[in-house]
Amino acid sequence: MADANAKSVLTAPIFKNNPIALQILGICSALAVTTSMSVSLVMALAVIFVTSFSSMFVSLIRNQIPSSIRIIVQMTIIASLVIVVDQILKAYAYEMSKQLSVFVGLIITNCIVMGRAEGFAMTNTPGMSFLDGIGNGLGYGFVLMVVGFFRELLGSGSVFGLTILPTVQNGGWYVPNGMMLLPPSAFFIIGLLIWVLRSVNPEQVEESEFKMKHNTKPKEAV
Amino acid sequence: MAQGNNSIKKVLIVAFSLCIVCSVIVSTAAVALRPAQQLNQELDRKTNILNVANLYEPGMDVEEAFRTQITARVVELDTGEYTDQFNPDTFDGFEASRDPATGRTLSGDRDIAGLSRVENFATIYLIGDEENPDQIVLPIRGQGLWGRMMGFLAVEGDGNTIVSITYYDHSETPGLGAEVNNPRWQAQWEGKKIYEEEGDLSPEIHLTKGGASNQYEVDALSGATLTSNGVTNMLQFWLSEEAFALYLARFRSGTEPSDAEDTDTNFDDVEGA
Repeated sequence: MADANAKSVLTAPIFKNNPIALQILGICSALAVTTSMSVSLVMALAVIFVTSFSSMFVSLIRNQIPSSIRIIVQMTIIASLVIVVDQILKAYAYEMSKQLSVFVGLIITNCIVMGRAEGFAMTNTPGMSFLDGIGNGLGYGFVLMVVGFFRELLGSGSVFGLTILPTVQNGGWYVPNGMMLLPPSAFFIIGLLIWVLRSVNPEQVEESEFKMKHNTKPKEAV
Repeated sequence: MAQGNNSIKKVLIVAFSLCIVCSVIVSTAAVALRPAQQLNQELDRKTNILNVANLYEPGMDVEEAFRTQITARVVELDTGEYTDQFNPDTFDGFEASRDPATGRTLSGDRDIAGLSRVENFATIYLIGDEENPDQIVLPIRGQGLWGRMMGFLAVEGDGNTIVSITYYDHSETPGLGAEVNNPRWQAQWEGKKIYEEEGDLSPEIHLTKGGASNQYEVDALSGATLTSNGVTNMLQFWLSEEAFALYLARFRSGTEPSDAEDTDTNFDDVEGA
């Protein structure tokens, strides 16, 4: 990764090397916060902020961190940033922080943040790490927005809180899909999204670990 | 990474300085932003009170409306009388319930709302004239499906007719239990009666499945039986003798029986709002 250039570091994680779709990191929070698009957006912004700055700070002190306590050091930096984000949301976006509630705090355990700190920031310069953090945050945000779009549209009949399909509860015709409001539905949407991304970029498809044999013919079995 | 980084001295230095830097950053953020956060919480509470009393309009000056239209008083639940022992602006019922001096423990069968402890005093909000209010807003709380639900119930000046109910803090399932805050569901509460007979101190109001058939019933939330049970239980508790029944009894003596008409007209107001 030494020859990484700024542009690819920033854009590759969005489609080519998406943290959720390809690395399958950060699924847990993607299930929890994507019931509506506005919440997904705030969550994405919070994660972009935390990943970029935590990567930068980790990278800044990477030559000082003893390898025996490096995970703890990264965790402390990430946790401090998350608390700051949580406090800022409570002060300036109170409604949002009420909706995100515990999930802001859970950014600490988001594997993407940790993964980038350990996998990229420990071996790259602060500037690059910052861009890498933004790029991965954007990749995460992209998936969140897509999942949020389908869940909000099919589950509540709206997009960003604006009614698109008037629901039966409010006197319209659309019977909302209740499952879309529950976390498991995000699994289906993320699964379909991964399928789409891998159909577009076939090189993302992993090699099979072993080849399936053709069906055994009856006479071979005997 | 140099090998020297792994000496015990280096590990301790890095760990110590990191802890100090991070704790300074975190505590600075917490202390610097606290006033703004408290302002938000206060504003949120006031907005909810105005909302439950059907006085809220988007974009209005909440502080101004709250100051001119609403009087907060602390009520002693045992007697139903006002008390000046506490400042109504700062008195926090939930905190008070934890304090042995101002709260009491509820025994199993009386604790229908799942509170475990309840306060002896509560802040109520009077809309209009203090002696003869148009509406009384009561704080309620109790256990829902996933956790504690905190809300307000607005009652008309007769102490028996419900205006509206709202929850400002709950963790019910979106689309099912969280429909407690759906304006269409809330509108059903308008004009419902709490108590059946005059002088009765045990509330009659409850949620029921399959549609409300009288003025003491409200249609339950479909797909959210446990949330609906929670709402019924907390109303049964907070409107009983354990809590606000004695206080509301002060207003109920003058109840007029011709309420059926009110129900219809008021319902239209809510639809339009």
